[in-house]
Amino acid sequence: MNLNYVILIPLIPLAVFLILGLFYNRIKPAISGYIGVLGLVISTGLSLYSAYQYFIVIGKTEGIYQTLVEKTVWMNFAETLHIDMGILVDPISVMMLIVVSVVSLMVHIYSRGYMKGDPGYTKYFAFLSLFTFSMYGLVLATNLFQIYIFWELVGVSSYLLIGYYYTKESAVAAAKKAFIVTRFADLGFLIGILIIGYYTGTFDFETLNNPEGASILNWASSSFMGLSMLTWALILIFIGGAGKSAMFPLHIWLPDAMEGPTPVSALIHAATMVVAGVYLVARLFPMYYFVEEGYALNIVAFVGAFTALFAAVIAITQTDIKRVLAFSTMSQLGYMMMSLGVSGYEGHEGLGYMASMFHLFTHAMFKALLFLCAGSVIHAIHSNFLKDMGGLRKYMPITNITFLIAALAIAGIPPLAGFWSKDEILVAAFEHSKFIYIIGLFVAGLTAFYIFRIYFGIFWGKEGNYQQKPHESPGSMTAPLLVLAFLSIAVGFIPFSEFISPDKAGFETHINYPLAAIAVIAALIGIALSWLFYKKENTLADQFANRLGVLFTWAFHKFYMDELYLFVTKKILFNLIARSAARFDKKYVDGTMVGIGNQTVNTSEKIKGLQSGKVQDYAFAFIAGAVILAILCIYIWS
Amino acid sequence: MDILSLFIVVPALTVLVLIFTKNLKQARIVALAGSLVQLGMAINLVFSYVREKEVNNAIMVFTKDVIWFKNFNIHYNIGVDGISVALLLLTAIVVLAGVFISWKMEDLPKEFFISLIVLSIGVYGFFISIDLFTMFVFFEIAVIPMYLLIGIWGTGPKEFSAMKLTLMLMGASAILLVGILGIYFNSNSDGGALTFNILEIAKVNIPFEVQRLFFPITFIGFAVIGALFPFHTWSPDGHASAPTAVSMLHAGVLMKLGGYGVFRVAIFLLPEGALHWSWFFIILSAFGVIYGAFAAIKQTDLKYINAYSSVSHLGLVLFALLMLNKTAWNGAILQSLSHGFMTALFFALIGMIYGRTHTRDVTKLGGLLKVIPFISAVYVIAGLASLGLPGFSGFVAEMNIFVGAFEQEDIFYRIATVIAISAIVVTAVYILRVVGIMLMGPVKNDAFLNLERVRWYEKLGILLLLLPIIAIGVAPLWLSELILQSLDPFLKGVL
Repeated sequence: MNLNYVILIPLIPLAVFLILGLFYNRIKPAISGYIGVLGLVISTGLSLYSAYQYFIVIGKTEGIYQTLVEKTVWMNFAETLHIDMGILVDPISVMMLIVVSVVSLMVHIYSRGYMKGDPGYTKYFAFLSLFTFSMYGLVLATNLFQIYIFWELVGVSSYLLIGYYYTKESAVAAAKKAFIVTRFADLGFLIGILIIGYYTGTFDFETLNNPEGASILNWASSSFMGLSMLTWALILIFIGGAGKSAMFPLHIWLPDAMEGPTPVSALIHAATMVVAGVYLVARLFPMYYFVEEGYALNIVAFVGAFTALFAAVIAITQTDIKRVLAFSTMSQLGYMMMSLGVSGYEGHEGLGYMASMFHLFTHAMFKALLFLCAGSVIHAIHSNFLKDMGGLRKYMPITNITFLIAALAIAGIPPLAGFWSKDEILVAAFEHSKFIYIIGLFVAGLTAFYIFRIYFGIFWGKEGNYQQKPHESPGSMTAPLLVLAFLSIAVGFIPFSEFISPDKAGFETHINYPLAAIAVIAALIGIALSWLFYKKENTLADQFANRLGVLFTWAFHKFYMDELYLFVTKKILFNLIARSAARFDKKYVDGTMVGIGNQTVNTSEKIKGLQSGKVQDYAFAFIAGAVILAILCIYIWS
Repeated sequence: MDILSLFIVVPALTVLVLIFTKNLKQARIVALAGSLVQLGMAINLVFSYVREKEVNNAIMVFTKDVIWFKNFNIHYNIGVDGISVALLLLTAIVVLAGVFISWKMEDLPKEFFISLIVLSIGVYGFFISIDLFTMFVFFEIAVIPMYLLIGIWGTGPKEFSAMKLTLMLMGASAILLVGILGIYFNSNSDGGALTFNILEIAKVNIPFEVQRLFFPITFIGFAVIGALFPFHTWSPDGHASAPTAVSMLHAGVLMKLGGYGVFRVAIFLLPEGALHWSWFFIILSAFGVIYGAFAAIKQTDLKYINAYSSVSHLGLVLFALLMLNKTAWNGAILQSLSHGFMTALFFALIGMIYGRTHTRDVTKLGGLLKVIPFISAVYVIAGLASLGLPGFSGFVAEMNIFVGAFEQEDIFYRIATVIAISAIVVTAVYILRVVGIMLMGPVKNDAFLNLERVRWYEKLGILLLLLPIIAIGVAPLWLSELILQSLDPFLKGVL
């Protein structure tokens, strides 16, 4: 079966980007919105069709889903290594196509309402298309270098969109921070790629991931500081993934990235780009699992679990709703990483991997929905802060109900989507390590608590002090909310494990009732607590926060990670290293060169007196010279 | 007339005609016509070269040999391989862009354009020479007009800068001459006549002791103009004082003579010396890469930022050349080309910004995206290209360099490579800092609200430089293959 049309999925947004970018001044804003949406409709249609083709029509061959690859050489390094460009169709890339398409389409439609009247409307849609193109390219990458190329491109689209309101200093700073922090992480990624290229002789996913292939069987051939080089490479690549997916301690850019327009946060910083790190680990999963008995995979598990907990704790204390959602995203990404980290490879053992992908899928739907709801609220009352909100359920019924659905979904209440995927993650964690399971369970409770904290804060409680009566957003914004709300309910029923597993064979899952019940109870406790604290205005929450004392203060200040980074960058890198480099250059390096020049001038200054032009001086020198020569001659002769 | 000599004759004729022009309008039209023809020839050369290469397997093609000074066996001996073809194309494009950017050069236009074109003669001649002595002569022809161009048309402490630049480059030339003569007097170890012919010398086995002595001399002689740390300090002052088109040509093309010379002469003719000394110069160049990037962070003058950025980027060229394998060499040549286009583009943009706002101090600028959107947007693109974003030429070059450098398994090389790679982060810092302060943010000065929009000739100059950056970045295969197939002869000596 031919899946060549998949190549069109990324190319259409690219074409839209080029059209909007090149004819920036000549296209009417309204038209550019339509062009953007139209492009995405086609791409989404193709994505859904290819999923249908791939999973249903083609189906399994010899018991597994085959990997289909089309590629062409883009650049040759030397004899063996080369970068290919192409498309790789396998279960997870098809799944990601759907995630990216659906969310991007919803965000495109939503943006037509949200960005209405903005002077940079066309530019905005151009950037959105650029991002979507890059994200498709990343998802479909056939090799490490291709994924790195699109990895950088999504990074730069993210930079451009975070800094979209470029006259705002905070947006500029946030954009810069996001780019540089992820770039730092990408340094690890790149070195990891280079190591893999050198030791395995290929960048190709298919060759690298083959469990019977040389790259996996011969991992022990070289070692450095007690670990095999391939393990180092995988750890370095994970650093790249951790940067994109905002894992602790490389997460600091994500909360600031909320400076971008809210639909952008929904698309890039909740549903798609930030899951690239998870996707990267999943893409290389056989290597992570087999090389050195999964040493690198353990690191993934622990970093993920810690981030999930860390971010959930911070999320409770934040007052800007977008930042709460940002920390929530971080926490959920940690969940996905953790789940990958605890996964095995074959059959039912691959549950963690499957659950991670499943959660990625469901999370994309309900988190995008949460962000778009938040955008709808912000659009109505022009503030991000909880203190300005309250009682909005009367004015914004659709936003209210859709937000509630998303909140229930992320809290893991059955039968919404989040319940199913989160349950699988907890089962996988339980089977692997009780410690990680306990963390996961605790985070599930925290998640329910913080999400309902903002839900009650926005839609219930004391009515905010509104300048004018808030109103529901226009149809172009509420329609995507309704679609995503529907998906947040429905996608949980997809039999994911049939389609996605590390060995690509699929397996059957059965719900584990005791564990599911425990998880639901944890979520209900979280919801009940926030009901108690935030449903009606009261001082319980403040009292509780005071009781926690220093822990609350630290969490409120995000454990001072930003301050730590500022210290390292401003004080050490800028003031200590960069400034001394600049001074050293001026003073010593340049000083030496100028000094040589000056010394030459000085020397000639000193000896120029010899050319005085006075005959007496010359006569004296002549006679003195003659006498000295005569003495020398006599001396030598004798 | 053979296809290569035209590269000398056409600019020479242009200069001849320029002498008779009376005002700016005439001068710029003549310069424009001359450089357009030149660009046409360069493009034609690429195609002819590819065709010729299919039938002719020589190292250098389109060769021509005329004896010039018999006593010392000096020849006017020219020829090209893929590397020089690519660099000739770079030169032609940058010169043409430079003419567009100097469209409004009001002071002494005739003399300005004459100096500019004479400079380009030197560069063209250098890239096509096979004879060491001829090459050296062209090298000097390229360097000397620089003194006049900066000293007369420059800004700020121009006399000082011109003097400093010229003296340092002349000092390097003196060292280089020693190196070249050293090679010449050892070019007959098997008893034949002494020769300056590079291809002949490459066949001779120069004794190891001689190579060990003359490699560092030749290397430094060339590398000074390639901004090797610590001999780079002529460059920030020189660029800051030079007029726009001169900065473009100097950083875009002239500084490439360094890397090219190192490769064509020092490494090609003295491979054992290169093997012996590479560790030392790798330390210098890797250090220069990271050092230049850090020094750029703290500069406030746009031209200084770009000059230090060049130290960093060209450090990478020398670094890659010293890795002594094909992938890294390919990267070095690509980086030379890529940096040539990018830095010329940067200087052009800086010139336009300076021409409008009368300052190059980033802290005084702000919010330019709002007032001069086209120039600012291109600046952002150039910045992204400079920090090695995929889709632009810099990425292609850097990846070749890094992959090539990784072929050296030794721990020393690994450490040097990781240091050089980490510059990609520092580069992002200084680029985005400028973008953030200068282009984004609120408009700082009300006087900036009515800046003149971009003019057509400026736009042409910009696009001329931007297109190759994108073309190489999106479809690198044709160019990298063109270079790659010319690298085998160099490999013979270092294996």
